[in-house]
Amino acid sequence: MAETLLPPVDDVDESVPAIDEEALREAVWARVQLARNVQRPHTLELLEGMASDVTELHGDRAFGDDHALVGGFATIGEYRVVFMGHQKGAEVEENIRRNFGMPRPEGYRKAGRLLKLAERLGLPVVTFVDTPGAAPDAPSEERGQAEAIARNIAVMTSLRTPIVTVITGEGGSGGALAIAVGDVVLALENAIYSVISPEGCASILWRTSDMAKQAAVAMRLTAREQQALGVIDTVIAEPGEGAHDDHEETARRLGEAIEAQLEALVHHDLDDLVRARYRRYRDYGAFTTKEMPVRERRERQNWVDRLRALLDSGQRVVGVGEGEPLAPAAADDIDEERDTEVDGHAHLGHEENDE
Amino acid sequence: MPIQWPFRPRPDSSRSDLWTKCPGCDEMVYNKQLEGNQRVCPKCGHHFRLRVDLRLGLLLDPDTFEERDAGLESLDPLGFVDLKAYPDRVAEQQKKTGVRDAAVWGLGEIEGQRVSICAMDFAYMGGSMGSVVGEKITRAAEAALEQRIPYIAVSTSGGARMQEGTLALMQLVKTCAAVEQLALEGVPYVSILSDPTTGGVFASFAALGDVNIAEPNALIGFAGARVAAGTTGDELPDGFQRSEFLYHHGFLDLVVPRAELREEVARLLRYLQPRPLPLQHNGEQGQERAGADAEAIRG
Repeated sequence: MAETLLPPVDDVDESVPAIDEEALREAVWARVQLARNVQRPHTLELLEGMASDVTELHGDRAFGDDHALVGGFATIGEYRVVFMGHQKGAEVEENIRRNFGMPRPEGYRKAGRLLKLAERLGLPVVTFVDTPGAAPDAPSEERGQAEAIARNIAVMTSLRTPIVTVITGEGGSGGALAIAVGDVVLALENAIYSVISPEGCASILWRTSDMAKQAAVAMRLTAREQQALGVIDTVIAEPGEGAHDDHEETARRLGEAIEAQLEALVHHDLDDLVRARYRRYRDYGAFTTKEMPVRERRERQNWVDRLRALLDSGQRVVGVGEGEPLAPAAADDIDEERDTEVDGHAHLGHEENDE
Repeated sequence: MPIQWPFRPRPDSSRSDLWTKCPGCDEMVYNKQLEGNQRVCPKCGHHFRLRVDLRLGLLLDPDTFEERDAGLESLDPLGFVDLKAYPDRVAEQQKKTGVRDAAVWGLGEIEGQRVSICAMDFAYMGGSMGSVVGEKITRAAEAALEQRIPYIAVSTSGGARMQEGTLALMQLVKTCAAVEQLALEGVPYVSILSDPTTGGVFASFAALGDVNIAEPNALIGFAGARVAAGTTGDELPDGFQRSEFLYHHGFLDLVVPRAELREEVARLLRYLQPRPLPLQHNGEQGQERAGADAEAIRG
């Protein structure tokens, strides 16, 4: 739990059952629609069903109060906690007031203030994540949206109190992450978590937002897939047709899960806890270390490459003149083994000698 | 500066054309002149983007750069396919740019002051941050912490790399955690933001320098300007998301032209020195270090 290990990433493929692509797209897209369902319970509705003595606190002490991100005190089971979460509205008017759950910098700075308060009071933190993303508007840029998000992420990585995070709906990129760095990360069954919205991803990579469904599949954004990737620890089943169907039951199940996590986390030594959290996030990544292939390139030295090398050398003389530190090859006077492009023949010579 | 270029060096556009049209003043600039002027337009001062080797060469003392972890390369954790499969895109970008991914890190010196430095390259997949970039930014910070030398990160990026999904998103946390450790341990960190630095890179380590410096007129922001205009329906203010805009709103300490950057960083490094370690009871190391620090202060 607190010390979650990533599953070997190469194995992730196998967890996806082989169904036809069209059906897969529709199934994933149905989850996206459920995650975005306006009748879905949000932070305050969930707390109503699982907590007592809820007191909301307001303001970032610098600019204002943001209604898209709420926070304060709550008691979940026997645990007094500091909570914070995105808040969307169920109707248009409330949604406008809450900016559709897209916080501005003052929202994140309020969250940052509450994080530090929790640390001072020794109270655990519970965060509820459900946002399409941080507000992308001009006022947010002027007030430092990026800085506000980065600061919160940094604070959470070293906060000396337990943090339980729940992705309850849309886990929209940096705007979600700014309150989603936890010792344990739970998710409701129909929640999604992604680096960019499917529409945004499609319009950049496919150059049309019509491919959003395909992008949703490619990003593996469902809670179960994120669990397989090791980004989410535990997925909590939703009642009926989904969380919107039964707020009370959803809150009850989620409350139970949060309590169980708190019970496990509050007994940890704080040094161990923070170290394990650091380790968790330190270990995310999928890369390999290749030898520097000083010679590898020569294997591709067929006649096309040689011809290209000759042409390149011609270009260099024409475009740049001699002795300019322009091409990487010229700029770094690297070891003789990696000859310049000009020396196609020298490469071949080496190659023959080597073998 | 022994950066090894693992792949065919990129065909630099300026190599094949004699002239480049400057986006700042629409004038044609002679390439040779551009290169001789650190890729700054001699007519209007427009700062062109820099390849990572030129960036490092510009900041560091000659022949002091030692690259680390040059062999790190992305895997394909999601099996991601858009118009192209991610591994194919990686191979294509490597061949095009000559670098293995969008960041290079290592140790070097600036006017004799040893630093750990990680610099990004926009030409490689828009400088996007995936696992390799996140790992290099982090390892460079860890090296700074371990050796107690200043850390310098030079950003240029469109944001997190979509093809690595939430694992790319998690690099925001990883890099923030790494520079947070520097802050807690009193090791200074200078963030240099160059054109462009947006999205997840600006919303993580790049925003968190003890000192934040940008080159003039660099695009720096969280969301794309088109998105920002679309959501408000308003005209965007002049110079929106440019260095000077951020400077006026309090998010940058300095806007420094490229020609003065090295000198400015060197001046800052005279102040941005790691906090002396506390004296250790039975260890000479602490005392030696404190002694050295005291000397440094007197000097």
